[in-house]
Amino acid sequence: MSRFFTALLAGVLFGSGLLLSGMTNPATVLAFLDVAGNWNPALALTMGGAVLVAAPAYYLVRRRAGALGGRAVELPASSSVDAALLTGAAIFGVGWGLSGICPGPGLILLAGATVPAIVFVISMVAGMLLARTRAPARGGDCGEILVREQTSEI
Amino acid sequence: MGGLLIGAGAATLLLFNGRVAGISGITANAVSGQLGPAAWRLAFLLGLLLPAVVVGLGPTSFAGGSPWLALSGLLVGFGTQAGSGCTSGHGVCGLANGSTRSLAATLAFMAAAMLTVFIVRHVLP
Repeated sequence: MSRFFTALLAGVLFGSGLLLSGMTNPATVLAFLDVAGNWNPALALTMGGAVLVAAPAYYLVRRRAGALGGRAVELPASSSVDAALLTGAAIFGVGWGLSGICPGPGLILLAGATVPAIVFVISMVAGMLLARTRAPARGGDCGEILVREQTSEI
Repeated sequence: MGGLLIGAGAATLLLFNGRVAGISGITANAVSGQLGPAAWRLAFLLGLLLPAVVVGLGPTSFAGGSPWLALSGLLVGFGTQAGSGCTSGHGVCGLANGSTRSLAATLAFMAAAMLTVFIVRHVLP
């Protein structure tokens, strides 16, 4: 299977999950974050379920030292907890708490073609590019800071 | 049910593409990269939107007007790049990978988000 197709499939699964779990409704997310109000803890189960399903795949890939078909795996190279990580995460948290929208659901909300969704995504991309011009060497994300860690030779 | 599908999506991208499903990183690299290396990223993002395009979003309500969402978006975009990940990259993939770094980041952004909601809803009004 081509990389393109499997990435598309992964996106469809991920997007369906976010949609079904209610993560794409900002009001649902804010109800989860509002621990002092009418707290709705359901999203913690969603996240826990996602981690439980993804964990065996990480275990397998580490054991095999590669993805299926001998494809190289790129995992974050850094393992240290530093000030930049915590400050960045806290800034993200404040932004998330203001709207109840994190990056995945933000992009999915574009499907509604509404002004608030478009404003959010344009601002989010601007914030990303701003962070990258400020510290170009950092480059990436958990998704992707990725220095090649292991390459399988099949 | 939704959580299982999210996990399945993350597992699929890892097993077949060898990549971490960190949506903020994929997005940032897709918009700042060249088209060739960006192709699988655009495919993933296209897939992410597809279910909502096909079946619709369902009920959605936004917490504020455009200036409020613009501020939120800026902080989300900046913070996810400075902090190397978001809910998907740290919260799902990082935790599944047993990363201490991702656990610390997840606790930090959850605490900051809960504190923000607390201030906006219970302190300011």
